[in-house]
Amino acid sequence: MKFRSVFDIIGPVMIGPSSSHTAGAARIGRVARTLFGRQPEWARVHLYGSFAETYKGHGTDVAIIGGLLDYDTFDERIKSAFADAEKLGMTFEFIPEEEEAVHPNTARLVIGDSQGVMELTGISIGGGTMEVVELNGFPLRLSGHYPALLIVHNDRSGVIASVSNAIAKLNINIAHMEVDRKEKGEMALMVIEVDQMIDAALINELESLPNVTQVSTLAN
Amino acid sequence: MDVLFSNVKELVALAESQNKPISEIMIEQEILMTKRTREEIIAQMDNNLTVMEKAVERGLQGVHSASGLTGGDAVLIQKYMASGKSLCGDVVMDAVSKAVATNEVNAAMGTICATPTAGAAGIVPGTLFAVKNKLNPTREQMINYLFTSGAFGFVVANNASISGAAGGCQAETGSAGSMAAAAIVEMAGGTPQQSAEAFSIVMKNMLGLVCDPVAGLVEVPCVKRNAMGAAKALVGADMALAGVVSRIPTDEVIEAMHKIGKSMPSALRETAKGGLAATPTGKALEAKIFGKGKVDSDTVNS
Repeated sequence: MKFRSVFDIIGPVMIGPSSSHTAGAARIGRVARTLFGRQPEWARVHLYGSFAETYKGHGTDVAIIGGLLDYDTFDERIKSAFADAEKLGMTFEFIPEEEEAVHPNTARLVIGDSQGVMELTGISIGGGTMEVVELNGFPLRLSGHYPALLIVHNDRSGVIASVSNAIAKLNINIAHMEVDRKEKGEMALMVIEVDQMIDAALINELESLPNVTQVSTLAN
Repeated sequence: MDVLFSNVKELVALAESQNKPISEIMIEQEILMTKRTREEIIAQMDNNLTVMEKAVERGLQGVHSASGLTGGDAVLIQKYMASGKSLCGDVVMDAVSKAVATNEVNAAMGTICATPTAGAAGIVPGTLFAVKNKLNPTREQMINYLFTSGAFGFVVANNASISGAAGGCQAETGSAGSMAAAAIVEMAGGTPQQSAEAFSIVMKNMLGLVCDPVAGLVEVPCVKRNAMGAAKALVGADMALAGVVSRIPTDEVIEAMHKIGKSMPSALRETAKGGLAATPTGKALEAKIFGKGKVDSDTVNS
């Protein structure tokens, strides 16, 4: 079930003009910002389908940059996001793509700074609701309906058990979990959606586990 | 997964067997699925209602979009109504003007509440604030109007689509008009089944509606499609309250909308490449707003 809440239908409260092309786009940008964990210094945004054809008229571009600046869908500052980003020294470009994507409203964000680069593909499925469908080359399905942990780790035995033990110790229930890897024994990604809020202590504990290289969180 | 209803048939059956309005079933499902309290959920909807009220107020004062394509029509319609010459009557034209007001604010990048989308955001509040003057609902009943609209929209979003890029305008103003019709019926004292009939009657008259925004802006024809969506919602609700039923069950109407959306060419699904966007005037407006740009590259209309 893609839409879980009545507020996916009667909502979000947002700056116009389009729920999918403005609010959904802002949410994709904001999720990327959250997962990156800090303000990126640069962003390359590839747009597909209807996003590519109509992004200027819908303010999709300012909304994505607004999201990268951590603005919510109803934040009036979305309108001045380009100027705000420039003030912070952030550079960005938009690249409309010709090829067909998984969904008519798809954006692929490549963002980075001196410390790292992240690539995220999001789809805006209507009414402001979005899904993350790919992160750093890993296909995934992240709805943003639950608090989520994204854990980059080495593909070794026992990592999944140690992560789930740490979570269970805090009486946090796992709602949904996915594990994927690039190659056997190489880098892997664990996506865990949970029912309770995630606190800093859990993140610290997970980061200290052997073979865990990076932990990001997403509140719902 | 904890879901009380996944289609309209289940929704109506639940409401009728438990003798509850559809809005109450929606609130119960929201509690179940999100684990939030009833108070939190109602407070959030109350806030959304306030956002809708403010958007209508602002639109009725007269707003214009940056492109200059839309704005000021809500004021015109209100003035005309005040002259007493309206042929449709005040409830219909009040709903139309308030739907237009909301979408004019949306086009001007103002704050609105998506219902179910921003492009279709005028219909649910426009009809609500017009019917309000006739039925004098309590604040709670107005909030319930939004939950009932949401219950039907929830089914459409999960079983078909509420995205113009995926399903055309039938998925946006079509869904909004049908949702509003169902909510009007509940507020006017109709049964849950009559809400479903009103939904079907309106949706059947929205099928096939394409999404062809001029210059890719949510303005032309979006604002006027909200106007007509509001009018259809009121007519559909009145028909259902009169006892008219749809020969095709609601869930099958929704399925038909979904299939029609899937078979629509991409030129007619929010790409600004077909329909009104591809008319000589539509293209000239696009060129004027954005400079020469991408026009002429591809204006296939099939």
